[in-house]
Amino acid sequence: MPGTEASATEPAHAELRTEGDSVVVVLSGKWSLEQAQPRFETLMGRGAIAEEGVRTLSFDATELAAWDSSLLILLMRCQDYCDEHELECNWSGLPERALRLLALANAVPERVQADTPARASFVARIGTAVLGGWHDVLAAITFAGEVALSVAGLFTRRTHMRWRQFWVVVQTNSSGALPIVTLIALLVGVIIAFLGVVVLQRFGAGYYVSYLVGFGMLREMAALMTGIIIAGRTGAAFAAELGTMKVTEEIDAYTTLGVSPIDHLVLPRLLGLFLMMPLLTLYADVVGIAGGMLVSRALLDLSFTQFMNGLLAAVTLSDALLGLLKGTIFGLIVGVAGCMKGLQGGSDASAVGRAATAAVVLGITLIVAANALVDWLAALLGV
Amino acid sequence: MSDETPVIEVRDLTMKYGERIVMQNINFTVARGEVFVLMGGSGSGKSTLLKHLIGLKEPAQGSILFEGEGFDINDDAARNRVLRRMGVLYQNCALWSGLTLAENVALPLEEFTKLDTLTIAETVSFKLALVGLRGFEKFYPSAISGGMRKRAALARAIALDPEVLFFDEPSSGLDPISASRLDDLIMELKASFGTTIVIVTHDLDSIFRIADRALFLDIDQKTMTALGPPAELRDHPPNAQVHQFLTRSSVGAS
Repeated sequence: MPGTEASATEPAHAELRTEGDSVVVVLSGKWSLEQAQPRFETLMGRGAIAEEGVRTLSFDATELAAWDSSLLILLMRCQDYCDEHELECNWSGLPERALRLLALANAVPERVQADTPARASFVARIGTAVLGGWHDVLAAITFAGEVALSVAGLFTRRTHMRWRQFWVVVQTNSSGALPIVTLIALLVGVIIAFLGVVVLQRFGAGYYVSYLVGFGMLREMAALMTGIIIAGRTGAAFAAELGTMKVTEEIDAYTTLGVSPIDHLVLPRLLGLFLMMPLLTLYADVVGIAGGMLVSRALLDLSFTQFMNGLLAAVTLSDALLGLLKGTIFGLIVGVAGCMKGLQGGSDASAVGRAATAAVVLGITLIVAANALVDWLAALLGV
Repeated sequence: MSDETPVIEVRDLTMKYGERIVMQNINFTVARGEVFVLMGGSGSGKSTLLKHLIGLKEPAQGSILFEGEGFDINDDAARNRVLRRMGVLYQNCALWSGLTLAENVALPLEEFTKLDTLTIAETVSFKLALVGLRGFEKFYPSAISGGMRKRAALARAIALDPEVLFFDEPSSGLDPISASRLDDLIMELKASFGTTIVIVTHDLDSIFRIADRALFLDIDQKTMTALGPPAELRDHPPNAQVHQFLTRSSVGAS
C-alpha cells in the first residue's frame, strides 16, 4: 500500500500521546504481516489509557508509511477496547481504505455460538454406543436381505444386472489377483512344511509332512489366506468405489430413478467374487502344496512322487470341497462387507477412507469367525 | 518496480493435454489493480489457463511472467516468493476438510510468516470477519453452507494480503444473491487493498459488473479471439462467437 511519507523503511511503531481528555494512538513506519508489529497489549500497558477523565481514543497516521492487515488487527483491538471501556473512537486520522475494510469486517455481527450440549454421562454414552451397535446390526441384516431379494430377482428376471461390471470384477480377481495369491500361498505352504519338518522329524515321522501340508492347505490355509488377501484388495476397493459414488451423489441418482443401487452396483461385484473365490482357493491349494513339496524335497529328501502318494493317501475329496466352500463363503463376506460399508459411508472426503478401513476390518473379522464356525460344524458332522 | 510493469505477462503460450493442443498463441498482460476476466465456453481451457497462471501446470511453449519473474520449477525459494504474493479461490473451495475454518486460514500465515500464534489467531479472526464469518472459527467446512464455504475459502485466499487474487468460477453453485454479494466483496477488497484480480467465469452479470477487461478463448479456433472491456466487446464484437457469448444468444451474428 503506498504511503504518504518517506518512512517506508522504518519498522512498524505505535505509541500513545495524551491530549487533554483524548488519547492519541500515533502510528508510524511500515506495517506488514511479514514482520513483528507492536502488540495491542504492550501499547496499552505502556500508556495511561485507564486513567480517569479519558473520553476519546483518536489516531494520528501522518507518519504511517505502508500498511496491510496487520494494522487492521490493531485497529480491531482498539475498537473492542473502546466498546469495553465506553470510550469514543475517533477514526478521522486514519487512511480511508483502512476504514472501509474496518467497516467491512464489522458489517456482519458476530455469530452467537449455540451452547454445545453438555457431555453425556458415562451410562448414557454406553447406552448410545449399544444402541448404535444394534442399529449397525439391523442395517447389516437389512442389507443382506436386500441382496438376497436382488439375487432372487435374477431368477425371476426382475433384476437387471450390469454384466460388464461383473466381468470387470472377474478380471480384477483373476489375472489381477494371481501374483499376490501365488506369493502368499507358496509361502504359507512352505511355512507349514517347515513346521512339519521341525515337529515331525523329532519322532522320525518326517514322511507325514505331506499329511500336514495336505490337510493344512486344503481345509484351512488356502481359503483363509485367499479370503484375507481379497478382503484387503477387493473389499477395500469396493468400499472406496461405492463410497466415492456416494460422495458424488451417483448413488442418489440411482435411487431417484427408482433403480436399486443393489442390483446395479452390489450384485455384479458379489457374483464376480462368488465365481472367482473358489477358483482362487483351488489355485492357492495347488501352489501351497507345491511349496510344501519343495521344502520336503530339500530338507527330507522326499521325492515328489513319495510326497504326492502320502498326501493322496491322507486327504479326501471332501477336505478339498470343504476348503472351496469356505472360500466361497469368504468371498460373499468380503463382497457384502465392502459394498455395505461403501454404501453406508458419509459424504465428505474422509468418509471414503473410513469406509475402506471399516470394510477390511469387518471383512477379516467375519472371515475368521466364519472359519471357526464352519470348522465346528464340520467337526460335528464328521467331515 | 514501477506501476507500469504488468503484474502478469503471458507470451505466446501454448497449452497441451498430453500431445493434444488445447490453446495456442495466447498473449496478454494484466495491469496492476485491474479486474481481468478469462471467459469462454465450457471446455475451452479457461481453468487450464488459470492453472498455468498459478504455476500448477507448466507451459508447453511460451512463458508466463509474474512481475517480470518466471516460475522457476527448480528453484523452490524463488517459486515460493512468487506464490506468497498470490491468493487462489478454487472452484470447489478446496478447504481442507480435516481442519477448522480458523486452521484453514491460519495455515498460509504459519507457513509464510514468522508471526506468533496470538497474532495469527487475531489475523485469522479479522480475515473471517472481512468475509462475514465472524464467530465461525471452530467450524469444520462440512458444517457450513456452500456460500459460507466460498467465503471461508476467500478468507484463506486473502490471508497473506496477496497482490493478485485468482478466482475460478467464484459464482458457481451460488444463488444470485450470494453470487452478487461475493462480487461486492471482491470489489470491496480490490478497492481497499488495491489487489489485482483475475477471474475465470462465464457468469455474464458479473463479467459486466466487475470486469475491466476480458479475454475470450475460442474452443474451435484453439486460441484467444477477443481482448478488451466487456461492454465494448458486446457492442462491437470482433466475431460471431464473442457476440453469441456476450448476448446470450444461440444464433450467431453473421
